[in-house]
Amino acid sequence: MALLLEQLLNGVQLGVTLFLLAAGLTLVFGIMGVINLAHGSLYMIGAFAAAWVAAQTGSVLLALASGLAAAAAIGMAIEYVMLRRLYARDHLDQVLATFGLILFFNQGITILFGRQPLFVNLPEFLSGAVEILPGVPYPVYRLVIIAAGLLVALGLYVLIQRTRIGMLVRAGATHREMVRALGVDIRLLYTLVFGLGALLAGFAGVMAGPVYSVNVGMGEQILILTFVVVVIGGVGSIRGAMFGALLVGIVDTLLRAYVPGLLRGVMDASQADMLGAGLASMGVYLLMALVLLLKPRGLFPAHA
Amino acid sequence: MTATLTRRGVLAAGTALAAAPLAAPAIAQGAPLKIGVITTLSGPGGYLGADARDALLLAAEMNDGRLGGVPVQFLVEDDALRPAQGKQIAERFLRNERIRLFTGIIFSNVLGAAAPDVLDAGGVYVSCNAGPSNFAGRECRPNYFVISWQNDNLHESAGALANIMGYRRVFILAPNYQAGRDALTGFKRLFQGTVTNEVYTRLDQTDYAAEMAQIRAARPDAVYHFHPGGLGIAFIRQYAQAGLLGTIPQVLPAASMDVRTLAAVGDAAEGVDLSSHWNSDFDNEQNRRFVAAFRQKYNRIPTYYAQQAYDTALAIGAALRGAGGTVDNTDAFRTAMLRADFPSTRGNFRFGPNQHPIQDWFALKVERVGGQLALVTKRKILENHADAYAGQCRI
Repeated sequence: MALLLEQLLNGVQLGVTLFLLAAGLTLVFGIMGVINLAHGSLYMIGAFAAAWVAAQTGSVLLALASGLAAAAAIGMAIEYVMLRRLYARDHLDQVLATFGLILFFNQGITILFGRQPLFVNLPEFLSGAVEILPGVPYPVYRLVIIAAGLLVALGLYVLIQRTRIGMLVRAGATHREMVRALGVDIRLLYTLVFGLGALLAGFAGVMAGPVYSVNVGMGEQILILTFVVVVIGGVGSIRGAMFGALLVGIVDTLLRAYVPGLLRGVMDASQADMLGAGLASMGVYLLMALVLLLKPRGLFPAHA
Repeated sequence: MTATLTRRGVLAAGTALAAAPLAAPAIAQGAPLKIGVITTLSGPGGYLGADARDALLLAAEMNDGRLGGVPVQFLVEDDALRPAQGKQIAERFLRNERIRLFTGIIFSNVLGAAAPDVLDAGGVYVSCNAGPSNFAGRECRPNYFVISWQNDNLHESAGALANIMGYRRVFILAPNYQAGRDALTGFKRLFQGTVTNEVYTRLDQTDYAAEMAQIRAARPDAVYHFHPGGLGIAFIRQYAQAGLLGTIPQVLPAASMDVRTLAAVGDAAEGVDLSSHWNSDFDNEQNRRFVAAFRQKYNRIPTYYAQQAYDTALAIGAALRGAGGTVDNTDAFRTAMLRADFPSTRGNFRFGPNQHPIQDWFALKVERVGGQLALVTKRKILENHADAYAGQCRI
């Protein structure tokens, strides 16, 4: 029971990390109609900026601020310099251009920081473990990630549903021409939305730094799962991204934890482990196929 | 970047040569022998390939750009740990550059895709790291040589180390790919205790929380895991964060704790036991020379990936010297290669019947040396150790 609880927490923690990435991706995808493969690069940039500043200054707050600032600034620069010219083009052009950005950023980071993975040391007060149940210690930092991710989700909900900017974002997604006719600077709005998406990706990168290794190409590793989340949740829907991310995080973690054990009942241990690992890594894709079969537009389609 | 530039340079030089009417005599004047280096330079395993490449270049540089008296030129390309990309590079090198001699591949799954193309085209592959089991036994090939070790060997030595440490119940993990499966097979071959759990992780996995929870629940005497490069850094850091470090010791193969992993993991690594075929502190003439030159040129301690690549360059040099400076006659090259007539940085080295090494294995420990964490050689675990597949090989 304690083990199940711990695995659920692990799933939720993976889920909120995916949510931070998926939220930006789904906004950009749903509102501007741009497939941004370079979203993972922004995650990497946030992680590297924070890791570097943390190593130089030792300050958590400075590291956090610089990670967010670097990702948001570079994100907005990408939108301003490049993506702006691609809105009217078809998806293949966008995919090619943003794929080019992945190569550009990976090579850039290699030149600046080298290929060796960086590692961020956690500050003392975050590095221990607390007992969530008697005899079940859980890393404090992972609890912090969960809390931060849920707070961001709440903040985004308020921002999108309750503020003027959010109203413009929603309107821009469904009635682009009408919003422009009413005198709103839609280009500025797009830059801001892209910057927000980049900021969230950078935040995910900053949070991931101390847990995973910070290395060139880290963005592509997680980007595929993020796309799965966006597709399951429904393109353009923040709510969908939230539920999709939690679903993917929990399903992936539980499958990895329990499938080999279940298979061991019916076959030889080492074969069960190998097959189980294979099934577990297929699991989220099977989930995606199932969701698409039942709800072709995702769980929470943005403009139903 | 270096790779691309080198390639561009070569292409430009090639065009210039083709334009000149006397292209053929250029070879007679000593155009360097091209060696294709397919290696992993990006992603979490990126520094492994970078170390191998740097050591190959260093070996040639230390001999005035020559190996075995033959001027050589390395053409380096990044496979990005993608088997298909490795295969494409091999095909391009074979067809466009007419390269016959290849090395550099770090990951066994890339080797499995690229090496057969090289061998089928009549080329020679000398492995500086990957040594998958499927190429060591029944499917061994006459022009395929491994200078590092057959994959299982590294993990057999870790299993033997676990016996010496007196661990009875061990939890074992490895990524689900050829070398990972070889790893767990190898560990179990010599380990005499009980394996409590056998877990396959993903090669692109970054979060090991689910595995940490399983380890805690299983309460083993020790944990053995094979996670090369960035994977190992992430795993060991999360191991520390999960509070397992103080309670369950680790016994590791060298791949999970090289000097770069050690630097990134920091204090959490102190006291970890591991097994390896080589360490930078080996006290032989050749090794002292290599480590000093590597540190001077690159300002860092070489990993074993660098050491293996350096030995590979020496082995290629010895084979070229014995084969008259070319790879055109692969039989002569093979005969010369199998003599292993080079001073290995690891000391004891010779080829077994399947053209994989027979060598000694050592226990290392992470200790503080003058305030700095370092890998320190403790004792010999296995002597003249060959691999389990040699008997199945009929060349």
